[in-house]
Amino acid sequence: MIYRENGQFKTTYRADQQIFPIAQDRLFILAALLLAFVVVPALASGYMFRAILIPFAIMSLAAIGVNILVGYCGQISLGSGAFMAVGAYGAYNFFVRIPDMPVIPALVLGGICAMVFGILFGLPSLRVKGLYLAVATLAAQFFSDWMFLRIKYLTNNSASGSVSVSGLQVFGLPIESDMNKYLFCLCLLAVIALLAKNLVRSAIGREWMAIRDMDVAAAVIGIRPMYAKLTAFAVSSFIIGIAGGLWAFIYLGAGEPAAFSVDMSFRLLFMVIIGGLGSIMGSFFGAAFIVLLPIALNQFLPVLAGLFSIEISTAGISHAELMIFGALIVWFLIVEPHGLAKLWSTGKQKLRLWPFPH
Amino acid sequence: MKLRNLALATCLALVAIAATAETKEQFFPGLPYRTGPYAPNGVPWANGYSDYLKLVNAKGGINGVKIVYEECETGYDTARGVECYERLKGKHGGATVFQPLSTGITFALTEKAPGDKIPLITAGYGRSESADGSVFKWNFPLAGTYWLAADVIVQAIGKREGGMDKLKGKKIALVYHDSPYGKEPIALLQERSKMLGYELQLLPVTAPGVEQKATWLQVRQSRPDYVLLWGWGVMNSTALKEAQATGYPRDHMYGVWWSGAEPDVKDVGEGAKGYNAVAMQHGAEPQSKVVKDILAMVHDKGQGTGPREEVGQVLYMRGAMSAMLAVEGVRRAQERFGKGKWMSAEQARWGYENLALDQKKLDALGFAGVMRPISTSCVDHLGANWARIHTWDGKAWHFTSDWMQADEQVLKPLVRQTAAKYAAEKKLAPRDAADCQS
Repeated sequence: MIYRENGQFKTTYRADQQIFPIAQDRLFILAALLLAFVVVPALASGYMFRAILIPFAIMSLAAIGVNILVGYCGQISLGSGAFMAVGAYGAYNFFVRIPDMPVIPALVLGGICAMVFGILFGLPSLRVKGLYLAVATLAAQFFSDWMFLRIKYLTNNSASGSVSVSGLQVFGLPIESDMNKYLFCLCLLAVIALLAKNLVRSAIGREWMAIRDMDVAAAVIGIRPMYAKLTAFAVSSFIIGIAGGLWAFIYLGAGEPAAFSVDMSFRLLFMVIIGGLGSIMGSFFGAAFIVLLPIALNQFLPVLAGLFSIEISTAGISHAELMIFGALIVWFLIVEPHGLAKLWSTGKQKLRLWPFPH
Repeated sequence: MKLRNLALATCLALVAIAATAETKEQFFPGLPYRTGPYAPNGVPWANGYSDYLKLVNAKGGINGVKIVYEECETGYDTARGVECYERLKGKHGGATVFQPLSTGITFALTEKAPGDKIPLITAGYGRSESADGSVFKWNFPLAGTYWLAADVIVQAIGKREGGMDKLKGKKIALVYHDSPYGKEPIALLQERSKMLGYELQLLPVTAPGVEQKATWLQVRQSRPDYVLLWGWGVMNSTALKEAQATGYPRDHMYGVWWSGAEPDVKDVGEGAKGYNAVAMQHGAEPQSKVVKDILAMVHDKGQGTGPREEVGQVLYMRGAMSAMLAVEGVRRAQERFGKGKWMSAEQARWGYENLALDQKKLDALGFAGVMRPISTSCVDHLGANWARIHTWDGKAWHFTSDWMQADEQVLKPLVRQTAAKYAAEKKLAPRDAADCQS
């Protein structure tokens, strides 16, 4: 009744090709942006900012990056943690070595480092496919672990290999307070998400999807596999690299290789699979699922146990959290193998018929 | 002008305290890891920490101020640790002090603590250069850092060889956990090797360290005179088993304190006989008064946190001692800001910076023979640089050395230099005299 496109006539190609052709969708996105940029900062507490919203924003960004590679181009990658690490350490090096380096160029340069690294480790994708490629990209993971633990230059000769920066600022505005940090991450997320959305709708995005769906057929109709695959690696690792810089310096405060371990790669891959392969929206859902759910469970379980006046130990909660989380992943994958994004679109489809389903 | 501001601030602070005093309880958050690959070492520490706080409450609190304790499981994950820190820091009227119990989390919180004005105690671990209080205002690596541990081990080896000059031409291998934690001692060992002329061989082991065949093959090839073990959790017992398999004499191995507790050697048992480890002040202290107190006033009342038989083991004592330092800092702060009152984190920080635990106080607390006096200052956040060596006899840890003091001549310049580098990177100005008074 409310959500339907009846009566919305497109009279120009422009109007027909916009990201959200339905007015209700545009309104919804506007409302979501308004919520994220205005309402949330006005209401959120320090804990919400620092422990929930900032990691969620950064992880969404990383998930968008992974989704471009895995979801749109179909190249399974387990090197995402490495791309994050390269982005973080790259940004760190530019930040420390060049005096008065503003933060955005440093992050972008870090992203470019990750991009080069990603293209390099994307080369095997021209020969190997599927699960074999996943194994090949693991090499990136181990290589970055080795690189940032061993090459002292990259950590500015820090004794322990842990790096941190301070005095971050954008156009003279310091990124110190929780709200500034959040808004900074959110701005980057919004801009990059918009770019990514447009990219996957463009010619190059269609090339990626053609490669994903059937690479032989794609090659036959004139898509260059090398170009398509390597651009996917480049764009994806660039975005992941920026997310890595944010993760190390905005969220954690200090970066170390262990923060970007193979564990991180797996988590990013799960985000994309659970959120929905080949969907920008799904990246947000996946990030929310993987980042927020464990924390929510961890806080909710003691409360729940308290209702029945049972006292669980810290270790007990943590074990229960892992078990429930694992069970939920399995459950979601059984119920909706196409990810949370599919649930979202099913919901929209249902809403069109509501309240008179036929 | 400055003085007036200061006076005004103090007045305001006093009013604020007066308003909130009496009603509040002192909140000590805990960031333990009771799960994950390092749980065997994390659990006894956390049990000791929480038991000691319960003991303080059983004895009537800190001059009457009761303690609240709440844990948040980190699983040794830095991101999770940061979340826990954010979750706990504002609870129960505000956290007094954090003990991150992980080098990674320490590094992350070091960047956050000054903004939140919450001190960090990293007793025996964390970043070694934070002993320099003029740069690291909020960090307190009380009674030991990894550099101190490494220095004491080198001295112990020197003593065993019959003089530090005898170390020239010797070969010492460092088998370490490949992480910021394991890499901490390298700077000091290199410094020492320059001074003493021994050859340092670095053998990293990828975390978590269950696979060390290649490392010990290297040990077999190069036959170092001594092996220093900077391992952790499952890596320690694996290393000892590999040493046994390789035939490397265990009594030529020296571990850091994370490699020198019961969980590390228990599985190897007799095979680890003769293995040495540095004890940061205390070892296993089942006979000490504080342990008896905990057994009598906490465990006998059925409030003990962990298994009774683990009370007094090495890492349990580490937790208890860390808790004691946290509590005594607050007690010291109360001497200045008002006895029997709730202390804010900022006031507690003053307490940690001006700790003066002499032998008499330690005896009264039940730590006689467990540790030596500690006194900190604005510049020195370490407070004491003593340690001992203890040796595993197949069943228990026993002290095999006297108290040894780390060499200030080596430690101090290194701390200052590294801290200065940190300050330069961060563009921090060193604290001035007025700041030291606050």
